[in-house]
Amino acid sequence: MIPAPFDYVRATSAEHILELMAQHGDEAKLLAGGHSLLPMMKVRLASPTVLIDIASVPELSYVKVDGDDLVIGATTSHATVANSDLIQADAPLLSYAAAQIGDPQIRHRGTIGGSLAHSDPAADLPMTLVALDGTFELLGPSGTRSVKAEDFFIGYFETALEHDEIISAVRVPRRPGVGWGYEKFTRRANDWAIVGIATVAGRVAMANMGSIPARPVATEQALAGGQGIAEAAALAADGIEPAGDMHATTAYRQHLARVLTRRALETAASRNQA
Amino acid sequence: MSILGTRVVRNEDPELLTKGGTYTDDLIDERLDGAAHLIFVRSPVAHARILSIDTSEALKLPGVVAVYTAADVDLPIINPPMPMFNQDMTQTPLASDKVRYVGEPVAIVVCDDPYIREDAAELVEVEYDILPAVIGMPNAAKDEVLLWESVGTNTVVDFGTPDDLDPNLFDDCEVVVSHLIQNQRIHPAPMESRSGAASWPEGERLTAWIPSQGAQGAKAALAAQLGIDAAEVHVLTPDVGGAFGARFGADVEMVLTAWVAGKLHRPMRWSETRYENLLAMTHGRAQEQRVTIGGSRDGNMKKYRLEVLADCGAYPKIGGILPSLTRLMTPGTYVFDKAESIAKAVVTNTTPIGAYRGAGRPEATAAIERAVDIFAAEIGMDPADVRRKNLVPKFTEPHLTAFGALYDSGDYETALNKALEAANYEDLRKEQQLRRERGDAKQLGIGMSSYVEITGAGSESGDPNENATVEVHPDGTVTILTGTSPHGQGHATAWAMMASDTLGIGIDKITVIHGDTDLIPKGGGTGGSRSLQQGGMAVQKASIELVDIARTRAAELLEANEADLQFNIDDSGFSVAGVPSSTVTLAKLAEKERLFINAVFAAPGATFPFGAHLAVVEVDVETGKATLERIFCVDDAGVVMNPLLFDGQRHGGIAQGAAQAFLEEFIYDEDGNPLTASFADYPFLSATEVPSFDLVSMVTPTTYNPMGVKGVGEAGTIGATPAVQNAVVDAVSHLGVRHIDMPTSPRVVWEAIEAARSNSNSNGKVA
Ligand SMILES: Cc1cc2nc3c(=O)[nH]c(=O)nc-3n(C[C@H](O)[C@H](O)[C@H](O)COP(=O)(O)OP(=O)(O)OC[C@H]3O[C@@H](n4cnc5c(N)ncnc54)[C@H](O)[C@@H]3O)c2cc1C
Repeated sequence: MIPAPFDYVRATSAEHILELMAQHGDEAKLLAGGHSLLPMMKVRLASPTVLIDIASVPELSYVKVDGDDLVIGATTSHATVANSDLIQADAPLLSYAAAQIGDPQIRHRGTIGGSLAHSDPAADLPMTLVALDGTFELLGPSGTRSVKAEDFFIGYFETALEHDEIISAVRVPRRPGVGWGYEKFTRRANDWAIVGIATVAGRVAMANMGSIPARPVATEQALAGGQGIAEAAALAADGIEPAGDMHATTAYRQHLARVLTRRALETAASRNQA
Repeated sequence: MSILGTRVVRNEDPELLTKGGTYTDDLIDERLDGAAHLIFVRSPVAHARILSIDTSEALKLPGVVAVYTAADVDLPIINPPMPMFNQDMTQTPLASDKVRYVGEPVAIVVCDDPYIREDAAELVEVEYDILPAVIGMPNAAKDEVLLWESVGTNTVVDFGTPDDLDPNLFDDCEVVVSHLIQNQRIHPAPMESRSGAASWPEGERLTAWIPSQGAQGAKAALAAQLGIDAAEVHVLTPDVGGAFGARFGADVEMVLTAWVAGKLHRPMRWSETRYENLLAMTHGRAQEQRVTIGGSRDGNMKKYRLEVLADCGAYPKIGGILPSLTRLMTPGTYVFDKAESIAKAVVTNTTPIGAYRGAGRPEATAAIERAVDIFAAEIGMDPADVRRKNLVPKFTEPHLTAFGALYDSGDYETALNKALEAANYEDLRKEQQLRRERGDAKQLGIGMSSYVEITGAGSESGDPNENATVEVHPDGTVTILTGTSPHGQGHATAWAMMASDTLGIGIDKITVIHGDTDLIPKGGGTGGSRSLQQGGMAVQKASIELVDIARTRAAELLEANEADLQFNIDDSGFSVAGVPSSTVTLAKLAEKERLFINAVFAAPGATFPFGAHLAVVEVDVETGKATLERIFCVDDAGVVMNPLLFDGQRHGGIAQGAAQAFLEEFIYDEDGNPLTASFADYPFLSATEVPSFDLVSMVTPTTYNPMGVKGVGEAGTIGATPAVQNAVVDAVSHLGVRHIDMPTSPRVVWEAIEAARSNSNSNGKVA
């Protein structure tokens, strides 16, 4: 439970982060909230020799409106995302999802950028950003590029981030009044999702139904084609084969996906004011 | 008014809640100055021969003081603790030729700096020749792969054999139902993981700090395992953050910490990580039970058979004896024409099994309470009615069961009725019916248990007795030395109340000391819910005897007849009848000569608390997720000396008991790799998953001690587990489900519903 030895440096600006990354190369890891990285270091599944602490870079923590989008700085904590008036009004699904993460301690340390970069398929935010059709701003030595949430996640703990890039911000469309639904199926209040569903505006994304947030294409198409919620939700696991583990078999996950998709869609419909 | 029976808040809490306790790892003591730190290299594999151990790289790391393997350790072999166990299943303190479970200590690394411990341990290279693992009790019983090849069997002990079973047992029964039931392996999960510290300077005695359930038992175990005279050992018990039965005696890590301290003549500290705690502290339960119950269609239960297969884990410990307690409690609270039980305990390549809150009794209750519900479902009768019809009638004289248990007093039907009334049972059934008719996603389940258990059966030292020393000091304060060993129970408060009530001295002036074998050479520790009925009674007895001694001294001092002296509780002193000015207090009497006494209270035997729990659960039949909505608990443990402490014991036990029914299980894969070795995966319940408890009171005094008290520490894990499990099954019984094994996790419940559906479909019935 004690990590292997490592050095620690604290970055002071976005630019400084990039400099430090260039200087330390592959041996370094970014430290944001530390709530995914440090547990792995403690059990020695990760042993970076340098940690670049980005948590206190002021310019990376903010929530602001930019035209039709909300923009959220990468080191904004889950608690801030959950409690932000702006996000609650324009992307309530995101606030709600952030509020479902772990417990208060985790939500006050953990960051949106860290959760997305970590790319754990059981996590709350990756599927939420896919459902929201969010975009990530990736900052590297040659500037910033934008990547769609659904193109960002590549596999278990694998993303489109280049080794010299960071997530600098997350961008989501503003959709006040649009109905949304969120189902996180857990054994206990602060567990990870066995299966999770996030839906808004006819898009559905699922947690823990594969190595990246899964989209039930058949369900979305059925909805777009005017079918009812029950019929559409019944297709939620079509073509999706999640792995089994001690909490759930493949069949049980598929079953949960159908039930929870139906519930999430029903909630979304009942909430819709647009 | 007597303080006894009142809700006195805990003396120990202000310190625990402000500055915090002093746990072993927090100790600051000059005897530990300059201590080195140990870490154990543990086996990453379940079953393997050790081919070689290379310690050279570890020794090169700056700050590493020493590395030891089995070849260096000159300590006695650890024999199985009970004479009836297979005595050839021995253990060496560090694994020598073989490892038998993931987490078994293989080497010790001693470091100057605790922060390099894990780096150093990683450098010890152990080469293993992996053997097939024995996982699962039925597999072990086949004796195909053996943990000890030379022993020829994996069986530790048989309590009866199939030949002892009556082949005609069920011949006169109209209805016979049988089921295989899992009472799964669970981990005690105390807040404080294990630690130890030792100081053993050359030519001096060993001082060992061990967080335990009894310093005296720990001392005996430590001396035996070190192969030294017990007089050479001084054991101290710092604060203990939870034990649940898993902290009796001295674990091998504590023994080795002391051994290294002696070898290097340098103080040693050891403290494990949570991961190690999950792997290497003894686990509990782990029984597979076959229950068979027979009777008449009108609800008369006549015959019952319980066959137990128990897991000891890799080395036979106390877990091997627990099936005999399960057997002892086979018939529970019911009358049978005949009941019989056999048990077998086997070794597997898993963490050893020890005592866990209830230790053998919850397993018996879980078995019979499931059997009764299965029987009730088979004959289509309300489970409450079946129970009422078959309960042992109220008795006030001890009742001897066919299994040799002597129940001291009991009124099981009243307990059950109180639970049913408190819950508004009839209304709950109506609500259940409504939800079934509507086909709600969330169905209601109502489950009950009737239980009787054993408390105060004995102690670490054997007989059901305990000692206490009470001393009144000249300044009017009191010191109590107790042989019990509180680790959350509140003895500092309770024992002060006992003494205060007799001595007339406020509890704020009374200090309770435990866990120092020099000050308190004898003691049975705390376990099996024995403390109040023996340790508390010893405090009361000593206090009464102290007043008697004081009376003799007061008579002398006041130049009066003892018979004319009156003890005034309000003044904590004596006065002479008719001479109001002639008085002397206990404190005053202590000025001339120390005023103290040691007394032993011996109980005639164990007491048998009983009760009934009724759980109300909601089961989402679409997802299989069950949640606890209400739980009504009648726990009759005789007279209640402090309702706050009494209810506190119930609360923790109910939550733990419900957790076993719902979620907890320590899981291994087929190669013996633990899959639940962190708190992210090992799911005890949190406050969010339990409702406020509905505690119903019932008091049936025992005659076995002057106060009429029994033990309540384990009531929750005995009563709540089957009530909750029965409720989950009940919620989906209309879908054709008869039994769901624990833990009734969402997947398990959903699979049970699916299986029942496809069953009834294939039978052509409507689901
Ligand atoms: C007990 C517990 C329970 C939890 N429960 C949940 C839960 O229910 N749901 C859930 O979704 N999560 C849960 N989490 C995870 C939590 O949300 C983490 O905070 C989050 O996943 C990671 O964010 P972080 O800021 O802590 O990242 P860190 O741990 O600091 O970093 C994670 C990874 O991302 C990299 N990284 C961090 N920031 C950036 C960036 N801006 N650009 C590029 N790379 C970056 C790091 O180098 C590291 O590899 C839980 C964690 C714990 C400890």
